[in-house]
Amino acid sequence: MDVNINKLSTSPVAASASGADADRAPTAPGVAIAGAGVISAIGKNVADSLLSFENGTAGMADITLLDTIYRSRLPVAEVKANNQELARWAGLSASAAGLAPSSHTTKSHITGLAPSVSRTALLSLIAAKEALDDAAIPGIETLRTGFISANTVGGMDKMENFFECRLTDHSKDRLREVVLHECGAVTEWVADRLGIRHYQTTISTACSSSANAVLFAARLIRSGLLDAAVAGGADALTKFTLNGFNSLMILDADPCRPFDDGRAGLNLGEGAGYLVLVSDKIAATLSRKPDVALSGYANTNDAWHQTASSPDGRGSWLAMSGALQRSRLRPADIDYINLHGTGTQNNDLSEGTAISRLFGPAYPRMSSTKSFTGHTLGASGGIEAVFSVLAVRHGLVYPNLRFKTPMTEQPLVPETAFLKDLPIRHVLSNSFGFGGSCTSLVFSKEQR
Amino acid sequence: MNIYIRSAACISPQPTFGEQPSWTSPAEASAKAGRLACIEPDYKTLLDAKALRRMSRIIRMGVATANDCLRQAGEKEPGAIVTGTAYGCLEDTDCFLQSLIQRKEQALQPAPFIQSTHNTVGAQIALMLQCTRYNNTFVHRGASFENALLDAILLLSEGEAETVLAGAVDEITDTSHAILQRFGLYRHVPAGEGAAFFLLAGQPSPSDQARLDGITTFYKPEDTKTIEKALRSFLEQHAAEPDLVIVGANGDEANDRRYRQLTTNASVFAGKKLLSYKQLCGEYPTSTAFAFWMAARLLKQGVHRQILVYNHYLGIHHTAFLLSAV
Repeated sequence: MDVNINKLSTSPVAASASGADADRAPTAPGVAIAGAGVISAIGKNVADSLLSFENGTAGMADITLLDTIYRSRLPVAEVKANNQELARWAGLSASAAGLAPSSHTTKSHITGLAPSVSRTALLSLIAAKEALDDAAIPGIETLRTGFISANTVGGMDKMENFFECRLTDHSKDRLREVVLHECGAVTEWVADRLGIRHYQTTISTACSSSANAVLFAARLIRSGLLDAAVAGGADALTKFTLNGFNSLMILDADPCRPFDDGRAGLNLGEGAGYLVLVSDKIAATLSRKPDVALSGYANTNDAWHQTASSPDGRGSWLAMSGALQRSRLRPADIDYINLHGTGTQNNDLSEGTAISRLFGPAYPRMSSTKSFTGHTLGASGGIEAVFSVLAVRHGLVYPNLRFKTPMTEQPLVPETAFLKDLPIRHVLSNSFGFGGSCTSLVFSKEQR
Repeated sequence: MNIYIRSAACISPQPTFGEQPSWTSPAEASAKAGRLACIEPDYKTLLDAKALRRMSRIIRMGVATANDCLRQAGEKEPGAIVTGTAYGCLEDTDCFLQSLIQRKEQALQPAPFIQSTHNTVGAQIALMLQCTRYNNTFVHRGASFENALLDAILLLSEGEAETVLAGAVDEITDTSHAILQRFGLYRHVPAGEGAAFFLLAGQPSPSDQARLDGITTFYKPEDTKTIEKALRSFLEQHAAEPDLVIVGANGDEANDRRYRQLTTNASVFAGKKLLSYKQLCGEYPTSTAFAFWMAARLLKQGVHRQILVYNHYLGIHHTAFLLSAV
């Protein structure tokens, strides 16, 4: 991809805000969403996920695949399929996925998390393929298409196995388990199988990673550098992250209760979620005209603490209000908030405080879909962006499972029922992470 | 629009940090064979002692260069902070991974996990500056720094920020070196590491080092002809005639063949003055940040008018920047 600074126009956003579009108020033209794909513990595609929401079926259960001492002690939201099965779902032969049986025996072999290809890459490929199929862009191979993907620990699922071998019996470690260690290597592997060569990048900003991938993709399209982009992220469950969050003592030993007064932490999950974003020109060529657009976004930093959120949620307030401002919406225009809502004491109170300040006392419906999928870390922003797009497209609000008692300090009441056929026009999706990373996205109904 | 490099700071295996930066002496591979370690400043004079104690080496290098870059430009709070890192915080990752295996997943200290996330350097800079603005981290192997620059360019062109602090950091650890060596990466070139940050601005200022004209990135080109075509088209678009080309040749024949082919006969670099940089900083995925720093400095010194930096990382990510004197 060539970037010629001299030829870049300045402030396209400001230009459209004051120009001919002003009479289309209140919404600024967004970047069209042409397709969506998702995989998590509640379904291997969009249709299955929606069914789980409707049936109220959460993905948390005992650990069955990850080889850890926390089996039967900590619930997680696993995608209940071993790597061979994931490879099949991704349309790969076992040998193409580097999953062919080998002489080398490791624990991961027994669990079905077999050699070479990171589970993160397999999850990523499945959801990205679904998104591209859903978009069905004619002649996509001739377009300037980008793959903007996010993850937080790359091929750590393989690396921790390599390390265990390395530390216990040096002769048993296998370099092939290191090949996809870098976050960017996972993106490359997937992009190669999607046939996307023009542009690719990887973003890693902890739990806001894939929301930032969607944001960055929208900006690349707005700047005219790309025609289409597959954007989102993936993360597989690993011992590294499970133990990391456990060492912080923020994992709930029961299914999590976001925004509940008795909440006791988060459950980890795994999965991937991608959107296909297209320029207006490409949108016009599609047989199914996009009816949802990314109308607003903002990336801010809490600048408070490496892991904890500020008590007043200053970063999240800035992200939400910045995203609203860009979409030229007022708080009252938002019909549904897909909360970051991890279920930790700190996040939910901080996010709730920022929401009260911005929206109170007239709150939109809100819920945390992490009560279904668990916290999928680098995938969560992408997965929840997909859910937000579906909420707009189909007029849905998802239930916040297991909510009973509002938080004492911020008595917000999330939606607890699955609602459909609502006139949902604007959805706000929050993703906040370690390092103070705060990103909010706004998806809006837009007729083309 | 135009983008100016207002200030630059770099910690590398060369004495590049401080008042009298230089890179003239060929770096001596440090005691640990095959790797060039950074010459690090006395951080106590640069950073808050309390914060310093908690920072791993890569965080110290990143935060110190960011701090110095802003100090040079007299910028208190940049409009955005964008970081590139291929490997992220290896020391903390390694530490947490080892202890989880050795302690069999029990009684683990959270500190290394907390600091292992790839956005830790960008986050620590934001924390130090109390900067609540845009903050992003790119982790795309040999194009991580380039993507950070791309984000900075977009932010400036969108009018989202008047200045952007953009840079890259990567560290070598004993573990990473031992593993990467087994891939045969450093047979002819030492492993390297470094941190570099730049303050980019959409408006000129008297202290500007250089102007950034453009970037190009391309992925897994089939052959030298494809590379040549991409570079030629990039130069033509800018009507550029660089009087110096800084290249990522590293002494490894398989790696350097591409660069050599581009200099033969009528190829794109034929007759151009070439300068290699990896003997100075070593090989690592964000080494182009060091080359970028060098180019900006050479242009500021008035030695050259226009510089093209071209590198490929393992033949996968090919990247080039064009910079001009101001």
